[in-house]
Formats: sequence, C-alpha cells, structure tokens
Amino acid sequence: MAEESDSLHGDSVWVGQDTSPDEIEAALRGLLAQRHAETDGVAPGRALNMIAFVEKAWTGEIANRMRAVGRYHASRLLVLAYDPRRDRLDARASIAPVQPGPGETAVLRETIVVEIGEAHLDDLPTIADPLVVSDMPTVLWSPHGHPEAIDALLPLTQAVLLDSVDEPDCHEAIERALQLGERAYVVDLAWLRSTPWRERIATAFDPPGRRAELGSIASVQVTHHPDSTVVALLLAGWISARLSWQVGRFIAHGDSLRGKARARKGEITLDLRSAPMQQERGLAGVSIETSSGRKVSFERGPGGLHTRRSGRGGAELQWTILGASRGEGGILGEGIRQALLRDPTYRPALHCASEMAP
Amino acid sequence: MSVLTAAPPDGEVNPLVEGLERLPVPSTTMVIFGATGDLARRKLLPALYNLAHEGALPERFHLIGVSRREKPHEDYRAECEQAIRRFSRRSPDKNVLEGLLEQVKYVPGVFDDDSVYERLARELDEFERAAGEPLARMFYLSTAPTFFPVIIEALGRQGLAGRAEEDGAPQDGQRVRVIIEKPFGTSLAEAMDLNRRVLSVFEEPQVFRIDHYLGKETVQNMMAFRFANGMFEPLWNRNYIDNIQITAAEDIGIEGRAGYYDRAGALRDLIQNHMLQLLCHVAMEPPARFSAEEVRNEKVKVLRSIRTPTPEEVGEIAVRAQYAAGHAGGQDVPGYLEEEGVAADSHTETFAALRLEVDNWRWAGVPFYLRAGKRLARKVTEIAITLKPVPHLAFSREGSLGVRPNQLVLTVQPNEGVSLQLGAKIPGTRMVIRPVNMEFLYGTSFLSQSPEAYERLIIDAMRGDATLFTRNDEVEAQWQICDPVLKSWEATPAPHPLPQYEAGSQGPTEAREMMREGQGWRTI
Repeated sequence: MAEESDSLHGDSVWVGQDTSPDEIEAALRGLLAQRHAETDGVAPGRALNMIAFVEKAWTGEIANRMRAVGRYHASRLLVLAYDPRRDRLDARASIAPVQPGPGETAVLRETIVVEIGEAHLDDLPTIADPLVVSDMPTVLWSPHGHPEAIDALLPLTQAVLLDSVDEPDCHEAIERALQLGERAYVVDLAWLRSTPWRERIATAFDPPGRRAELGSIASVQVTHHPDSTVVALLLAGWISARLSWQVGRFIAHGDSLRGKARARKGEITLDLRSAPMQQERGLAGVSIETSSGRKVSFERGPGGLHTRRSGRGGAELQWTILGASRGEGGILGEGIRQALLRDPTYRPALHCASEMAP
Repeated sequence: MSVLTAAPPDGEVNPLVEGLERLPVPSTTMVIFGATGDLARRKLLPALYNLAHEGALPERFHLIGVSRREKPHEDYRAECEQAIRRFSRRSPDKNVLEGLLEQVKYVPGVFDDDSVYERLARELDEFERAAGEPLARMFYLSTAPTFFPVIIEALGRQGLAGRAEEDGAPQDGQRVRVIIEKPFGTSLAEAMDLNRRVLSVFEEPQVFRIDHYLGKETVQNMMAFRFANGMFEPLWNRNYIDNIQITAAEDIGIEGRAGYYDRAGALRDLIQNHMLQLLCHVAMEPPARFSAEEVRNEKVKVLRSIRTPTPEEVGEIAVRAQYAAGHAGGQDVPGYLEEEGVAADSHTETFAALRLEVDNWRWAGVPFYLRAGKRLARKVTEIAITLKPVPHLAFSREGSLGVRPNQLVLTVQPNEGVSLQLGAKIPGTRMVIRPVNMEFLYGTSFLSQSPEAYERLIIDAMRGDATLFTRNDEVEAQWQICDPVLKSWEATPAPHPLPQYEAGSQGPTEAREMMREGQGWRTI
C-alpha cells in the first residue's frame, strides 16, 4: 500500500494490493481528511455515484471517455475493472480538485478503480456497496455488456446508463432497454442523440398557426449513421407516441426500414434510411411532410442544422439553426447529467419503437 | 397495431413539447441599443454566442446593433467576434460563430434621430422578407438611462412598438418586446415618469425590466429552498427569527467607472434593486402558482409592507460612508476621493446600510439589515438569517466559545450554497459547546454549471416569461423605500468627507450603531 501526491495536478492517490472494500473506503477517507487538513477551501462532490463495470483491457479507453465529459464527471466514480484471471482485489483511489473560480471552494472528484476477477462476480454488491456514497443517486454503466454484472449491481442503483447504438441488433437493443426499464430508470445515449432533433421538430410546429399541421403529417423520413438505426427508431417512436399514432412493424428494404402509422386523419409513411457518408453516430437528417404539401427538413451540417421549409406552392426557404456538435464526450456527459433527471417521454417512445422494430 | 394514449394534437397544445428541457422560443430579431457598450461586449454578445453554441437560440435569430458611431456591418461583426472571443465562457466553435455573425447587422446613429429608426425598420423588414414570415422583435436598451425614454418614444413614433394583430392576440411572430437595463430611474419620481412613458408606448406584458440578480440560480433557488422543504416554514417568522442581514460586499473599488458610480452610489447601485429583490425572496409568502404574475404579486406585497422611513428616522436606520485608502489583496489602494474621475468634494456613498421592517403578521418586529459596499474585506453576497436564542441553556459557558443562536446563511456568490450554524459538543470529558457549520455547496451537489444570468434572462424574455423581471409597480415600490433616504441625504448637509472606512475593512463603524441591542453584523 502506498500514498502519493501529484503536486502538479493536485491529485492525491492511494494504491492498495490484495485489499478490501473497507480498506479502500478508509484510505479514501484518509485522503479527504489529508486534503482538509491542508486547506479548508476544498469539499468533496456529492451529486452522483457512478459504477462503471468495464473489461480491464479497456480501462484506458473508458478513462479517456470519462475525461471528455468535463464538468459532468460523476462526483464519485467506481470503476470495476474485470479480468477473469484475477483472484485478488487491487485498487487505486484518487481525489482530484476541479479548478475553482476566484474565491470559490474547489470541488473534489473521487475515482476508485478496483481490479476484480471471475471469482468476485458473485460478490459484486458486497464490493461496490461500501464504496458508493450513501444517500446519493447511483448510476450504473457497463459499456462492454456483461448482463450478469448488471443484474448483480442493479439493486444498488437508481439509473442505468446504456447506449442502444452499441447493440448491433436494434430489436434486441430496444428489448434490453425495455427490460432494464422495469427495474431502474434508463438513460439511453441513443435517445439523447435525438434530443436536438426532437427539440427542433417541436419548435418547427410550435407557432400556433402550425400546430394544426401536426394532425396532417403524411410522411416522416429519417436518415441516420449506419450504426444508428435505433436512434431513428426512437425518434419515429417519439413522434408516434406524442401524436397518438397507431404503429406497426417496419419492413426492411435494402438499407432502409419502412413502415406505416395511422392517425385520426389518415395514414403516415415512415421511412428510416441509412446515410453511409455520415461520420458521427446518430441522425443525419429528418424530413416531415404534411398532406397539404408543406415540408420541413433538417440536415446535420457545419455549425448546426441546415433547415429547409416549403409551402404548398413549392417555394423553399433555407437557413441554418445554429448549434455546435456535442461530440461523443458531450453525449456521455449529458447521459451522466440525465441520470439525475427523469424524462417521461422516453419509455412511450421506446414502446412504440419496440412495435416498429423488425 | 397498438393504440397509444398520449393526448392527440388539438391545435391548442403542442404535444411534442412534453419532456423537453428546452422549450421552443419564437424566431426573433433582437435589436441592441448601445451595441458597442461595455454591457453588450462583456455580457450580451457572449451570452448570445453561448446560446447559439448550445442550440438554444430560436430557429431563426437575427441581431441588429444600434449605436452612435458610423461603421459598416462588417466592422461591427468584427467587433462582435472580438468581444465573443474575449468574454465568452467557452471557446467559440468556428462554424457556429460564423453562422451567428452572418445574422448580424449594424445601424449607426443617435437615438433621438428618427432616421435611425426608419433604417432600423428597413433592416427588420429585410430580415422578415428573407424569412418569409414575421419574426418576433426584441429591443434591448443597453444605453445610458437618459436614453431609455428617448428610444422608447421613438420606437412608438415609428410604429415599431407593436404590430397589427390578427384575430385578437398577436401570434409569436408578431410580438414585440423591450428589455430595459438598470437603473430604472434614479428616484421615485424618475421611475414613475419612466414607467409612464414606457407604458404610453408598450403594454406592461411587453416590458422586461432586467435585474440580472434574478437570473442567478441561487436567487431562484431561494424559492425552491423555502417552498419545497417543510422544515423551514414553521420557523420562518417573527416567533423564531431574530434578524435578517443581507450583504453585498465587493473587494474591488470603482474600477474606472467613476462617471457612472459617482452619480449613482451604493444605495442606487445595489440596494434599490438587487438587495430589495433578495429581501423579497426571503420575506414573500408562497405564491399559489409559480407564474410571473403570482410571484410578482407576492413580491410587491412585501415591498408595500416595508415601513417607509420618515426624514427623522433616516439618521437612525440608514448609514452612508466612503472608502478611504487602505489595503486590498496585499496592495495599497487609494481612497474613493483619490480615484480618477471622482471630485474631491464628492458625497457619493460607496457603502450604504439600511435597517428596514416588514410590517405584516409574519415579520412584524424583525429587523432586516441591508448593507452594500465597495472595497470591503472580501467579495460576498449573502443572506444571513439569525434565529432567536434557545430559552434556557443548561450547559456551562465556561471554557467554551459559547452557544450562539442558529444562523442560516444563503450565499449567492462566490461559494453558492447554504450553511447552517449549529451548536455542537467539543470532543472531551466536559460538556462544552461551540458553533459548527453544516454546509451545502452548489458546486458539490450538482453536475451542471449554472448558466450565465444573461443567457437565462434573454431566452425568458424571448419566450415572454416575465417571472424573473421586475414589474412596473414593483420597481416603484422599491423606489418608495429608498427615495426618502436619498432625499434626506441630499437635504441634510453632509459632513465632508463622508464617514470613512479603511479599504479592505469590515466597513464603517457607524454601521454598528444602527443595529438593535444584542445584534451585530456578520463578519464579511
């Protein structure tokens, strides 16, 4: 066991081999006490616990992803780094200050990395439970699958973070999210990838003069990154759920999915198409047309969403709705932030998507 | 096929909005009067950029800057870019910044020249022609206050204050709103006159009088803190609260703003607006609903319950002073009268304190102490609520720092949070008590960064939500409290110089004399 202090970045670090959760927790308390003894201008963050169950070979990649979330880093991050061959617990606990503004208290983030093996899988709750802060919400993230770990750790958590885009089969992805949603609040990064698009669609039909057009939508076309069919399904599920459309199973046509929905005033054509040129995961464009021939479309572009709107006469207006890409780090950070919120529209959208997914 | 249960679209409610954190904002052209000024450069333009970066601006957004100096659109765009790069809280994205600047135009001219407004109208119309639809218009008055009525009346004369309404209420795209910066008048008479002139051109729901303190998360949280927690309400009254102190202390001096500050002073600069708003948030009754009108009705009730001081009382309930030379941040600093641009015989107060009473059932007899000043020991804005002492103390006072009354401190800046001072036993064999703090810090409990107050307020105004803006009767009620003090100070021959306090200190000793027996100022 050893204690180090990285004076350059102000991190305090403790490393233990063949250790136990109690010892790790005591060491972390020691690091905090030491920090407080040095200065009273620091306080530990107490917003959110995050348990990340990851394969040990990928811990570096996970650390990089967590660094990219910036201010949305969980206040205590417990990384359970899994290596099936390992038979003892090794751990590294660290606290690092977030740079404060002038005169402000520095908030400390705590990170605990515990290396575990197959022998520990049955005891995961007894390893994780002492290492999360009591009375603070906990979100679970298992980016490499491992349903057995999720099952074991779910009782400790209030929310599960997942990215349905990671699942190659979108039907399975949706079913998995539905099942998990029965046991905890699900934050799906695939859903968050659709947020700016949902906001813009809602805004496009928000002026009182345009709200009535929601009842005469005739077609919705969504283009998406080849890996992100599930995002397109969730968007289609959202609009269907919000507008009370009756939806049915989609049929695959080459690299697109097509389906129909029924509204009070008629049938709606839904078309989800892969956009092979799209670089970023998520959506590439959305186009909505009404039975009277009005059309609004959004297309991802530099500096925001390139927007086109045409009326009955066919005259087209084009402009860009400003907004910077959040990048993968921004989306993961948003997912962590959303673990403390509740979106009532995700599950109805997911249910619709489940009915549509082929 | 499944049958879903969400409400069908009926033309009245937008069912797509449910669950979204960001509500739709109508497409808007914003006009900044005073477009090259300090506020525009430091706050408004960076706020607009950050809103654009986050995708929070309306789907169509245009900006027109109006200021005196003649310059082409391109030069103003370059100035905007420079201001955003320098003062934005995040590093700008090239494409977003370019996209925003493309929507910027500039109209030069003096504010009392009607041709400026004619040109402005042409630019507004041109944006709307290109958009193919009317856009909401928002005029932001970020000029010296003397120009507020000039601009308002010119907007009225030129027909820019409102548009023909079809079928009764205006559609979003037809709405015209005006944001008026502080100070809203320098006296009650001026505020009333300004209100009269503003309301002769605009309807009250079109007017957004800004007090950027109300855009701060901690100020908004005071209502959540009071009305979402059952534990405070039973204590939140004259039976348990001994006194309330509201402090807005700055460690800096006037920072080259003598031209403004020497005419304003601490009472007008901070107490009349920000600090009375903080008082309202502490003292108001719970609103029936969290709507603009309900919240502002409750605040006005508080302001009207505050006893207006008579000229004879002013000497007892108000203190003014100026900072003298001293030390700040380890350096020697000059006194106020030595600051550049300040007249040697200036009577402008850099420190003001008031003792107010809210005459209603909840607060009768509880003093509210307000103090604001420059060049004090440190920068802090806080509300300290001191409870009455326990009726009987069984513990020995010997060997102890003593049991102090509980104190709840709501800190607005810089360490946004709440702290409760409690008595606790010092570890050891004796039963000795000392005060300890139980602290809640925003930074530790939320992952999100608070948005800049101006970002929040600009979007609220575009959406027509006036909850965080000051209503006409509210601003007049604020002046009704401060006006007698200012008049008395102006009428009474002031000592020269005014009472002095050393820069970097706790403020003037005279401020202690206004406290009731047994009460004292918190250490800054």
